[in-house]
Amino acid sequence: MKHRTFFWFILPTFLAMFFFITLPIISVVIQSLHTPHENILVTVENCDPFGCKKVTSIDHDATKNLKSENPLGKFVGLDIYFDRGHLALKQVREHWNNSEDISKFLSLITDLPLYKAIFFTLTFTFTVTPIMLILGLLIALGVNSINKKLKGLIIFFSLLPMIVTPLIGSIILFWMIDSRGIVGNLLQILFEDPNLSLKASTSLTWITLIIYGVWHAIPFSFIVFYAGLQTLPKDQIESAQIDGANTFQQTIHIIIPHIMPLITFVTLMQLMDNFRVFEPIIGFNAEAHATSLSWIIFNDLGGETRQLSAAATSSILTIFGIVILLLPVLIKTWKEFDFKK
Amino acid sequence: MKLLIKFFSILIFLASSSAFACSISARVSIVGNEFPAIQTVGSGAKECKGAKVTANLTADHQKINVAGMSSQPAEYTSAIVANTSIVALLNNDLIRPLDDLVKKHGKGLKKNQLITIDGKIMAVAFMANAQHLVYRKDILKKLNIDVPKTYEEMLAAAKKIRASGLVKNPVGGAYKAGWNLAQEFNNMFIGYGGSHFKGNSAEPNVNSSAGEKALEMMKSLSEYMNPDFLTHDSNATNAEFRAGNVAIMNMWGSRAATLVDADGVSDEVKNGMDIAGPMTVGGGKTPASTLFWDGWTVAKKISDAEAEATFVAMTNAIKPSILDNEDIRKQAVWLIEGYKPTDAARGVFAAAKMNTTPYPMLPYAGLMHSAIGKEIADFMQGKESAKKTLSDIEDAYRASAKEKGFL
Repeated sequence: MKHRTFFWFILPTFLAMFFFITLPIISVVIQSLHTPHENILVTVENCDPFGCKKVTSIDHDATKNLKSENPLGKFVGLDIYFDRGHLALKQVREHWNNSEDISKFLSLITDLPLYKAIFFTLTFTFTVTPIMLILGLLIALGVNSINKKLKGLIIFFSLLPMIVTPLIGSIILFWMIDSRGIVGNLLQILFEDPNLSLKASTSLTWITLIIYGVWHAIPFSFIVFYAGLQTLPKDQIESAQIDGANTFQQTIHIIIPHIMPLITFVTLMQLMDNFRVFEPIIGFNAEAHATSLSWIIFNDLGGETRQLSAAATSSILTIFGIVILLLPVLIKTWKEFDFKK
Repeated sequence: MKLLIKFFSILIFLASSSAFACSISARVSIVGNEFPAIQTVGSGAKECKGAKVTANLTADHQKINVAGMSSQPAEYTSAIVANTSIVALLNNDLIRPLDDLVKKHGKGLKKNQLITIDGKIMAVAFMANAQHLVYRKDILKKLNIDVPKTYEEMLAAAKKIRASGLVKNPVGGAYKAGWNLAQEFNNMFIGYGGSHFKGNSAEPNVNSSAGEKALEMMKSLSEYMNPDFLTHDSNATNAEFRAGNVAIMNMWGSRAATLVDADGVSDEVKNGMDIAGPMTVGGGKTPASTLFWDGWTVAKKISDAEAEATFVAMTNAIKPSILDNEDIRKQAVWLIEGYKPTDAARGVFAAAKMNTTPYPMLPYAGLMHSAIGKEIADFMQGKESAKKTLSDIEDAYRASAKEKGFL
């Protein structure tokens, strides 16, 4: 492609990315370096149906000047990044000095909100992604080999988990796994433990969330792999069959190398998707047991407190996390690209 | 035929008189929480004719009201708030003083409905609310248990009920991690005589013996709850009560009146449900509960015409004549002129009479509330000591209060 053609071809995408990705990220970075101005507090009399009393309130007139001079707020540099709600440098250093071995240290720092969230987010990402890749591939191979007449129906049902809105899906499952729900009750009978509750223990909640994550993500990998299987080189498979290779050997030596670019693609997408796990935590009311980076951002933004700077900082840290996570895959892709040139 | 004409003329007269009762000339847009009494207020405002009245009533109102009132002009002309949620609007300077409008249109309002801050009327309250005891009198009677007046008695009752085998997890409570759980801690903490902040400053003060005792009491209670208690908000807890799985609980007054009205509730639960005042704890005199008012505000960033229309519509929604309707009367403890307490209001009235502490209307109270909600779940699961949890709460609060410019 000529450079000129390429330029006009890419321009709309480039503009959209600039306006809807680059600019917002810059604004979030700026937000994360600023906090609201210090509030000037005054004591005033406050009367309500239960009587009058002196309370502390914000003096808006006094802070107005400060606000109009510096509408962004107070510049605090990386203070928010290092505070207890985020990287908590001070607490981490203390815990490091106070703990005799690494397991003690880990248990201490996972009590801090950000590390607790990272711990769950990473566990979720690195269990869901491989399980979903393997199961998605197996389903694709299975569907590919069944009778043509049944295929359409099976594909439709296999795609259902992805069609269901994540939040709705998790709320439905939340009630099904309740100790009085159909799944929860069945488990109680199977394990002969009438007090078994999936929602009451941290490890069982994690397992539930991971199973939900896999259930929800499989259709994506399945449909991508299934599409890839339609382009299999027939002659290679035939010659392998003539050479006496069994199905397993054919899969390992021909099918997987053939769809490798798709596997990389699905891995990349799913690493990103799972790293920002959010809806199941809300749907399963799981915040007592599991929090994620996205949940922290949501929680800071919502409610009465609206901690915009904290949410901005968590967002930037999430972006860093995704970059680090994707780095190996990106480097690999880059190298392959260079090599072909 | 004559009768029919008479009937229709009366009907037309009624229809026209109600149409003329409230007329407005600018848009009204309401955001607020979602429970029966607030729905009544929302539909009351919609009776006004002449301009469009919309109401967005949702349990997520706190997530959207600040953003929806920050734009110029504001999307919402009125937010229905409580003494907890008004703070965020005050902190961001989003609501306007109502003194002029009260003078012009607020003749029917009682003085104690007017919420004043520094002498300026900032909100008009229409109902009071508090958490108090809700119990099954049939079960208590069967087991010869007196109605608990303290949390210690509640624990003893729970033990007896479980031992009797009538209800496996007799205690209910909105212990969902987050806002609900933090609210239960606030109640208990105040009941033990604790105060959240040092003096008039924004310095936290929860790491105290009152805090430890409050946590221990909550844990003891949770042992008699459904093991999923950390996922149960007040809706889920009420559902448990309706299903007959809970015999005794601390519940919002605003929910008590209609608690057993749903379809499919057994007669046993319907007839057995009763309410009483809030409980005290640890020999204290102040109930382990907090008083709330619900009221409406008018946005600052709207035109004066819109503000006036909003005030007129919202005043119409809480006019004394709405109390003529029996169903509406029992929806809440109304602060409206002419309200006579119904049976369902006994709990909240007892709370007011026992000098229950009102929820603190402080600019940083919300930060404390959310810090408590985030940190306390670890203790409830037995992952850490009370002392550690309390110091975690203070640390988490300090970090966010520093960010918001209070420390």
